[in-house]
Amino acid sequence: MTDLTELGVAAIRDGVAKGDFTAVEVAEAFNANVAAAQEALNAFIVATPEKALEAARATDAKRAKGEPLGKMGGVPIGMKDLFATKGVQTTAASHILEGFTPEYESTVSQKLWDAGAGMLGKLNLDQFAMGSSNETSYFGNVISPWRRKDGGNAALAPGGSSGGSSAAVSARLAPAATGTDTGGSIRQPAAFTGISGIKPTYGRCSRWGIVAFASSLDQAGPMARDVRDCAIMLEAMAGFDPKDSTSLDMPVPAWEAGLSGDLTGKKVGIPREYRMDGMDADVAASWDAGIAWLKDAGAEIVDVSLPHTKYALPAYYIIAPAEASSNLARYDGVRYGLRDLPDGAGLQDMYAATRAAGFGAEVKRRILIGTYVLSAGFYDAYYTQAQKVRTLIAQDFKNAFTLCDVILAPTAPTAAFGLGEKSDDPLSMYLNDVFAVPASLAGLPAMSVPAGLNREGLPLGLQIVGKPFDEQGVLNAGLAIEQRAAFSAKPEKWW
Amino acid sequence: MGPIGTVMSTYRIQGATGEWEVVIGLEVHAQVSSQAKLFSGAATAFGAEPNSQVSLVDAAMPGMLPVPNRECIRQAVRTGMAINAQINKWSRFDRKNYFYADLPQGYQISQLYHPIVGEGAIEVILDEKGPEGSTKTIGIERIHVEQDAGKLMHDQHPTMSYVDLNRSGVALMEIVSRPDMRSPAEAGAYVAKLRQILRYVGSCDGNMDQGSMRADVNVSVRRPGEPFGTRTETKNVNSVRFVMAVVEQEAKRQVGVIEDGGAVVQETRLYDPDKNETRSMRSKEDAHDYRYFPDPDLLPLELDDAFLEECRASLPELPDAKRHRYETALGLSPYDAAQLTLEVETYLQFEEMLDAVVKASGKGEHDLAKRVANWLLSERAGLLKSIPEGAAHPKNTVEANTALIIAASEGTISGGKAKEIFAAYLTSDIDLAAEIDANKQTSDTGAIEAAIAKILADNADKVAEFKGGKEALFGFFVGQTMKAMQGKANPQVVNELLRKALAN
Amino acid sequence: MSVDTATVAKIAALARIKLSEGEVAAMVPELNGILAWVEQLGEVDVTGVEPMTAVIENKQRLRDDVVNADPLTGGDNRDAVLANAPAAEHGFFGVPKVIE
Ligand SMILES: [Mg+2]
Ligand SMILES: [Zn+2]
Repeated sequence: MTDLTELGVAAIRDGVAKGDFTAVEVAEAFNANVAAAQEALNAFIVATPEKALEAARATDAKRAKGEPLGKMGGVPIGMKDLFATKGVQTTAASHILEGFTPEYESTVSQKLWDAGAGMLGKLNLDQFAMGSSNETSYFGNVISPWRRKDGGNAALAPGGSSGGSSAAVSARLAPAATGTDTGGSIRQPAAFTGISGIKPTYGRCSRWGIVAFASSLDQAGPMARDVRDCAIMLEAMAGFDPKDSTSLDMPVPAWEAGLSGDLTGKKVGIPREYRMDGMDADVAASWDAGIAWLKDAGAEIVDVSLPHTKYALPAYYIIAPAEASSNLARYDGVRYGLRDLPDGAGLQDMYAATRAAGFGAEVKRRILIGTYVLSAGFYDAYYTQAQKVRTLIAQDFKNAFTLCDVILAPTAPTAAFGLGEKSDDPLSMYLNDVFAVPASLAGLPAMSVPAGLNREGLPLGLQIVGKPFDEQGVLNAGLAIEQRAAFSAKPEKWW
Repeated sequence: MGPIGTVMSTYRIQGATGEWEVVIGLEVHAQVSSQAKLFSGAATAFGAEPNSQVSLVDAAMPGMLPVPNRECIRQAVRTGMAINAQINKWSRFDRKNYFYADLPQGYQISQLYHPIVGEGAIEVILDEKGPEGSTKTIGIERIHVEQDAGKLMHDQHPTMSYVDLNRSGVALMEIVSRPDMRSPAEAGAYVAKLRQILRYVGSCDGNMDQGSMRADVNVSVRRPGEPFGTRTETKNVNSVRFVMAVVEQEAKRQVGVIEDGGAVVQETRLYDPDKNETRSMRSKEDAHDYRYFPDPDLLPLELDDAFLEECRASLPELPDAKRHRYETALGLSPYDAAQLTLEVETYLQFEEMLDAVVKASGKGEHDLAKRVANWLLSERAGLLKSIPEGAAHPKNTVEANTALIIAASEGTISGGKAKEIFAAYLTSDIDLAAEIDANKQTSDTGAIEAAIAKILADNADKVAEFKGGKEALFGFFVGQTMKAMQGKANPQVVNELLRKALAN
Repeated sequence: MSVDTATVAKIAALARIKLSEGEVAAMVPELNGILAWVEQLGEVDVTGVEPMTAVIENKQRLRDDVVNADPLTGGDNRDAVLANAPAAEHGFFGVPKVIE
């Protein structure tokens, strides 16, 4: 029998439906991998093998009765620990929410369970999704399953903030996982670990029940081994939710059925501002390869300009912390989570002590920046200016999309870096999201697909950005690359 | 209670160093009448068990999101229309950030930069005896919609305060006036008028004792004609009387501070009704920096024409218009018109009764309005106070009232008789129609003349005194005649016949 | 614009995060590095540009005024609301006594 953990979403779904294997067998295989890797990779904060089995049994029972199994029938997945899961601890990888057990289920996770998926566990992440290397979790770093081929055993970053998700999928602990993307948190970790991930148009996936980082940017999306798996899972996750004011009231297209790697008649824009001085040579080469593959798929390549690109990161580092400083005010030790009440402390002292003990250094840093840029006298100079620049960035994309259907760029400026390499220098860490953040600011659908390995043997990702609501165009361009890149590398198992 | 007060537009505080003028602006928080909260589906009903009307959204659980309630938006727009204000078709919610145990999100969703309602005005009456004579227009700067906070209780536990979030997230309208008021009476009249308008519109029940309407009173003093002084804000004042008291006490206090060589500090204060004084709220003193910014969980609120049209079409006739119509179209006195339009319940009753009387009698509104008004405001009013159940008495029906009003207006019985019969009807088991019939006034001149003749003959001495110039005795003869007729004689006929007989 | 220790202490107080003197001192250069970097936004000519309001064209929907229409956003839910509270008594959340 094949190793079931080598199968992706489509293969598991189809195999269970056909009766090649049972959902329980799949769940057991992945549960075993999760348990075996936990110590080495630390990808999960909580494993829930029973939940995975329970869903699998339900799927097998349905099949026995001849009932439909759902879009994700029999597929066990990892759930980023930013999604509230009823009865299962939900922490956002923070101390302040340690032990918090929601009485509710997020819309997206509920949709996945309704589609027949099961939960392998809650995945580790950067604390409150703030980070690009999964080094800010209260529950410890996630270790990438990848290693450089230099023979050294340096622990590498799986990317962030969805670092538990990327590590789990690439290490075959899960066929797929949920991610969330605020400024690249699905795409960058996908690129670092040789998997695919898509952030849909802002509003496609409900934010209800997802611990908020920056409301105007946060979007959930799937992370999986290939483009088809992403399409399947996104179909299950997306959809209108009346509980979220920013949810899009639009039907969910049949993305999987619409997949086609033939790009005849399509135009692919190459943003000249992304070709930066001192660009990593391997990254530049993979970008060139991507251009050639898309041309080969029938697309016309056009030069486009996104003139405000260099201002995207600074704008992001005003807007996201400002929103976060307010979104995280609710963690105060009153209604849930940690309470630190020093002897004789009053209410306000309790807040200050609780939040000092409950938030990690990066979270504090961003709350302080956000508080500062919104404070009296600075609001216009920082926040209003950043939101105006954001308008210009969105306009740049609008203009570019008059010339092309999708945009192709690298996902990240480098391959995975070593743990600890950037954690002392917030700015150099932030710069890692330079290619990912502009699409986030403009709310556009964007995906990362593996393009190959660099000279160190580490994966590189290519990013496709699409027009609003055109996930299909993004997925199809991704598929065209996937078909030509023929990426089959996987981390050598050392754990 | 009406908008009490004499005209006080020249209200001055007599200080040791001369006269001072008080300047008042009010921020009124009015709870929007809605079933559910502003951003969640939890109920708004008053007096429920602690934390029973709290949704996951109101408790600010992680990942919870707001979705605005149409009815709350609609009521704010209707209120804006009722004060002739600018309605902003594009508005937006902002977050006001601060930490307090009654504020689960750590911010209040409010509207700072783009409120839903802009400039408007209301006209207040300063003398209820002459409602048309003494009015003043008070400017309204804006109305915005925002969330109410929860409630803290401090007396239940030795070391803890208890938090109840039932009110957390209930919709409020904050109605911000211009600093246009110059006396306690004007401030009181403004709050009363605002409450009247809200009740007419149905956007707030106006129950100040339940906290559904409360005022933040901004007070400063200055020498007449000089620039504004430094103001203080006294929070959450919950009656018209207290608003007036706050203005009076706070103005006096500020004059005292300045005349003693000090300076008024801009601060938040609290009113203590027991001591009738304001005091500084130390707990709120630490410098606030609310870091307002647009709520990223919400989109701008865009109102279309159909929505606005419905809001406008559903507005009732408003107090000023109604009062004027009562005076001009119904011929009521300004005082009666003001009394009848003060409360929604009163005008509803008046109009229902007038309508019923018009239909039953076939006469015009104008001919009957005064009679109905008198019946409601004076003849019946006192009576209902003195019987069990009062106005709510099951026999106090429109039909019964109508029958009595018509009988009195047609001269079948007198107004006084109608009141007597009504009292008997409410408190005993009599048939109303039969009783009216039995008490019919007679205009039978023969019977009346006979009675008069007997009375004049029996009281020859008084007749002589009358003829000698003691005019006041006329009333005595009327009384005697009525008594002889057992109250059933038409008083007008009695008067005429008596005059004639005494002239001989 | 740059921050000094007094400003950082003030911001931290506003954000209700207790920081030791050492933490404040360490935060000063970090925040200044980030602030100096974001200030390049000042170079951008934004004349006539409106700040972003909705990133993807979308209209604010309004909810019907119905109580408990959806149990996930309705009331009558006290146990769920209090379930994770560090201190809950008699149906209330408990906090250190506040003197108003
Ligand atoms: Mg106020
Ligand atoms: Zn307010």
